[in-house]
Amino acid sequence: MNFEEHAAKPLLQAAGIAIPRGRVARSADEAEAAAAALGVPAMVKAQVPAGKRGKAGGIRRAGDPEAARDAASAILGMEIAGHRVASVLVEEQMQVAAEYYAAVLSDAASKGPLVMFSPEGGMDVEETAASMPDRLGQAPVDILRGFDLDSARALLGGLGVDGDEGPVADTLVALYRAYRDNDAELLEINPLARLADGRLVALDCKFVLDDSGIQRRQELVGRGSPETLTALEARARALGLRYIELDGDIGVLANGAGLTMTTMDVIAHHGGRPANFLEIGGDAYTKARPALELVLDNPRIKCLLVNFCGAFARTDVMTGGLLDAWEALTPTIPVFFSVRGTGSAEAQAMLRERLGVTPCETMDEAIVAAIAAARDAGGSR
Amino acid sequence: MIVRGEDRVLVQGITGKQGTHWTGRMQAYGTQVVAGVNPRKAGTEHCGVPVYASAGEAMRETGFDVSVLFIPPLGVKAAAQDAMEAGCARLVVLTEHVPVQDVMELLAMARANGAAVVGPNTAGLVTPAECFVGFMPAFESDVFRPGRVGVISRSGSLGTLVCLNLVQAGFGQSAFIGIGGDPIVGTTTRDALEMLDADERTDAVVVVGEIGGTMEEDAAEFARGMAKPVVAFIAGAASPPGKKMGHAGAIVMGDKGTYRSKRKALEAARVAVLATPSEVGRALRAALD
Repeated sequence: MNFEEHAAKPLLQAAGIAIPRGRVARSADEAEAAAAALGVPAMVKAQVPAGKRGKAGGIRRAGDPEAARDAASAILGMEIAGHRVASVLVEEQMQVAAEYYAAVLSDAASKGPLVMFSPEGGMDVEETAASMPDRLGQAPVDILRGFDLDSARALLGGLGVDGDEGPVADTLVALYRAYRDNDAELLEINPLARLADGRLVALDCKFVLDDSGIQRRQELVGRGSPETLTALEARARALGLRYIELDGDIGVLANGAGLTMTTMDVIAHHGGRPANFLEIGGDAYTKARPALELVLDNPRIKCLLVNFCGAFARTDVMTGGLLDAWEALTPTIPVFFSVRGTGSAEAQAMLRERLGVTPCETMDEAIVAAIAAARDAGGSR
Repeated sequence: MIVRGEDRVLVQGITGKQGTHWTGRMQAYGTQVVAGVNPRKAGTEHCGVPVYASAGEAMRETGFDVSVLFIPPLGVKAAAQDAMEAGCARLVVLTEHVPVQDVMELLAMARANGAAVVGPNTAGLVTPAECFVGFMPAFESDVFRPGRVGVISRSGSLGTLVCLNLVQAGFGQSAFIGIGGDPIVGTTTRDALEMLDADERTDAVVVVGEIGGTMEEDAAEFARGMAKPVVAFIAGAASPPGKKMGHAGAIVMGDKGTYRSKRKALEAARVAVLATPSEVGRALRAALD
């Protein structure tokens, strides 16, 4: 789960890292009032869970409250990386002497946390890594030992932050603590600014909460940015179903994440276009009716492909649930089945008896038939 | 890790619904389940084996080689620590949604203790006609049959389909290694490939990967030097970028984790990459000739 800047920065503050004074505004009036309350020149910053806001024109300087109002008027309602800007953060402007980069993330390669620091702040870390790799320090952390001041000093050695080494090391240790305390997948400060008076302040912050950590960080969830979902996806989410809407015309019902992804791939391989990802394995088969409704309510769908391969999930149980739903909803679109693995003999008998349908021998056969049906119905070419 | 018939298995969380069901299935198949753990039911018997308060107690009383965890996400780290402190050298973590920082901690403990971990978020391990650990349908004779093909899979459902296609094409499996669908797992594709390369019962390997991360690219580097043929299927070619496709690990971010990158790395290592899982038998036959 992603967090906007204004929701991420307080985590830094709680760990002892300084952030600018500021306030969220949802209108030009509020932005003007916020700037007036600050009493100093302000920054007006679009709040969206995406990077490159500055380049998109979403970050502006405002010398006085009136300028803050104008900046907010210009920024509110903008679209940045697919997100409409609904609020701005109005912060005090800082006298910046130098900009650094600092981050902690969960690294699959080292199977542990990775602390990163660069004296080249304010630019994308991918860019730094590509254009001046020797200016990007990386320290894999032994999570059982933690990350202390000595580890931080070792990371900073040779990176040319001589005068600031002490305070930067303190900041890195605090950043690591905030990463650990909040089940972060990524906690990044870019830029971390040294001010003219020598203080270090986090001018921006990116926080990604580990989705599997949400179960024990309920206090954070309300402040996170919900994913941008289509109406059908939002309905699925409320039901606890994993549904992703795509732009094709063949509805997909399959069990297991890997098999569902593969079903989409093989549809594409044979020249068709899947209308959705919907996984109905595990306990999700008990939601067969709402799941089928979701797939059918997509107006683009021309036919349905059911691909079950029983393992942990039994195909006879899943098929039974689906048939109950089918009989209740009485859809009129063509449906094609591939049912294999655990319970498939019972499932196939059920399909013949209750639906008068004989499942295809293989997944590919069912998919090719579904693609032909979608074409006949005026779908994909 | 590969499990074989002689391995003695501990089930942590044996008294739960899933633990009970799959312990029965494992026993019926021939897996040597020797004990279970549940601190609240210590001293009782469940599924015909003694239940202990801790893995440490189980180790002292019956001994065991492999521990399999049927434990809810937030209990996994402590249960794994219990097993490792008892001296367990092989752990199978089935649980999905374990917080990533807990996974990193338990893998660090495993490194410190010299223990191997498979998972989390795996359907488990199978050696056909000998034993299985987890919840793969080892007992389905049209899915698993003794043979000489090793299978590595990030996905249980897709791994099952590939095994079924293998059996239908006349092959059988020497071992199935479900490595799990999480972004950080104890046994990587490359680790599993190295084991199957060293395994005398294995003549060829099928890698079932998916988008996200760089495990397939790393495995390709090792496959390049292998004498045994390797074929692969990578799921997710048609998945939109930036979306988690069911598995926490199956997500493309920027240019990292793409289907194209994996396919390119594998093909450069002379690994045949299949367009559909139904081609697995044909591809394997061609590679073995």
